[in-house]
Amino acid sequence: MSAALEVRGLTTQFSTRKGAVTAVNDVSFSVQPGRILGLVGESGSGKSVTGFSIMGLIHAPGRITAGEVLVQGTDMRSLSAEGRRQMRGRNISMVFQDPMMTLNPVLRVGDQMAMAVRVHDKVSKAAAWERAREALEIVGIPAPAERLQAYPHQLSGGMRQRVAIATALLHRPAVILADEPTTALDVSIQGQILAEVRRLADETGTAIVWVTHDLAVVSSLADDIAVMYAGRIVESGTAEEVIAHPRHPYTRGLIDSVPGLHEPGRDLPQIPGSTPQLANLPSGCPFRPRCPRATDICATLPPNTGTEAHSVLCHHPIEAT
Amino acid sequence: MTDPILKIEGVSKRFTRKPGLVVRGLDRLSGRDSTQTVHAVNDVNLSVPRGEVLGIVGESGCGKSTLGRVVSGIYAPSEGTVTLEGQPVARDHRGNVDKLTTRVQMIHQDPFASLNPRMKVGEIIAEGPRIHGLIPAREVQERVRSLLEQVGLEGAYANRLPHQFSGGQRQRVAIARALAMQPELLVLDEAVASLDVSIQAQVLNLFMKLRRELDLTALFISHDLSVVRHVCDRVAIMYLGRVVETAPADELYAKPLHPYTEALFASVPTLGTGRAHFHPIKGEIPSPINPPKGCAFHPRCPLAGPRCKTEVPRLVNPKDNRSVACHLHDGGTGAETGAAA
Repeated sequence: MSAALEVRGLTTQFSTRKGAVTAVNDVSFSVQPGRILGLVGESGSGKSVTGFSIMGLIHAPGRITAGEVLVQGTDMRSLSAEGRRQMRGRNISMVFQDPMMTLNPVLRVGDQMAMAVRVHDKVSKAAAWERAREALEIVGIPAPAERLQAYPHQLSGGMRQRVAIATALLHRPAVILADEPTTALDVSIQGQILAEVRRLADETGTAIVWVTHDLAVVSSLADDIAVMYAGRIVESGTAEEVIAHPRHPYTRGLIDSVPGLHEPGRDLPQIPGSTPQLANLPSGCPFRPRCPRATDICATLPPNTGTEAHSVLCHHPIEAT
Repeated sequence: MTDPILKIEGVSKRFTRKPGLVVRGLDRLSGRDSTQTVHAVNDVNLSVPRGEVLGIVGESGCGKSTLGRVVSGIYAPSEGTVTLEGQPVARDHRGNVDKLTTRVQMIHQDPFASLNPRMKVGEIIAEGPRIHGLIPAREVQERVRSLLEQVGLEGAYANRLPHQFSGGQRQRVAIARALAMQPELLVLDEAVASLDVSIQAQVLNLFMKLRRELDLTALFISHDLSVVRHVCDRVAIMYLGRVVETAPADELYAKPLHPYTEALFASVPTLGTGRAHFHPIKGEIPSPINPPKGCAFHPRCPLAGPRCKTEVPRLVNPKDNRSVACHLHDGGTGAETGAAA
């Protein structure tokens, strides 16, 4: 089976006064149809820029300097701007964190969704509205025909995010990128959306990349996990494997610092220090200054010391069990 | 048992929006009233003994932040009283903050918004005690230094500006500022919500350390159930302005009594539960402008009966240390199946 999305050696740099900053550094992964990849990292890890780079939404002073982004086998980077525009929405689409930024506040939901339909398909307005209605139904919006008449401000936050997801679904793309789509929502609403997204991947075979900082969300939603730190994927594998047996000291520290797995009141195991500034990363492994296992060899960039199925960029990975 | 240090008795907070001039005129002609009222907090009773950390949990719009602000004396309650060691926390008739309210200090969610970007960190921390004359001027520097060290920062940072700090460090500064007033009570409103997981763990550890050292009493307002479980002794769950359940943290997490609490726990993803086992609560959070009649949770409740649609459930005590506002625990919902607990 060929991957719905395959990313190879993706590198994105931003030029700043202090020189080029590499926000995404040699990132590679692939997502098969119907699977959900959780791209996890803290602020500044490059997870969002990875998403934007895949969509080709990087603007100056940013630049994708290397790599391939294959959507159903077509390299997005080899296309013209018009060619990429043809792919976006039809083959690959994106859901952003804040639905109010995605939706046009002065257009009815139905009008803007119909517009998105007619960008790629020359159908009548009525047919486009009907497709919009079907998409709202798929994401579990009650009384979809009435919702099409509403303006975004008349909907709740959860409802708006469903509209954004429905809009991403209009052309049944092979890949959906979702950038922290439930972070701003309440837990009960987040639960509803996660359940719908899981069902969507299972039933329609859409491949989904779920970008988030929330390990708990990823562990209950995703099939696979890629953990990012300072622009690199430092560990990846199936969700069960990575959560149950993390091998990179950073992943391990991240999982350990989640409260809820520990006896209440006890000190949480913490990763010392703070997330690094991309402008002055240490040489070699970027996690080195915070790592309890670091030695001299860590001043050189670590290779993948894990397996192909469970990769780990670390000189001293935690033993596989 | 010792007397509670904080008592919240029958507190309600309403916000009203007067309609515009034209609508008011029409109202007068037709005898209607278009004033919109939000019942942000509705008849809340809570008490906190010295040394306890009480978690206030709920989703957006449940009134948890409003309650925190009423307790801090930022809002005056529409009804009811908040007393700290027997004395009311309130503004006087001129709207001045009573000296007592300096005994409650608040730590806000966003340390980028809560620190004045143009003041040095040392000034930020010293401002409160200086204005209220808590420490002599010549001891200010020494005090700032020791507070910074207490929250895990270097004393020399006092001369820096907030933008020179990361989010986690700024939240430490905000904690130092609150502690500088030697408060009887801390109110933390989503104090770790905007921090990365690894930084959140550091700040939570700091909070627990300070709590042990200083015997702090605190209201810990949060939407994050696992954080609350980790740091709180007792938890109050709020829904649409009302407290629907209170219990010691360990008992609540072991066996929630209110259907909302139960549903909330079920919809939270946790590490390692494996994929695709969501039991989300159906429906949306209703608007507090026009809350459902009877029990506010009944339109989303799987166990609701006819009584839930008409009668607001009382807070009852099935056990000494627990309370719950649900007809299931107070004579049944009136459903034919009679599923009383």
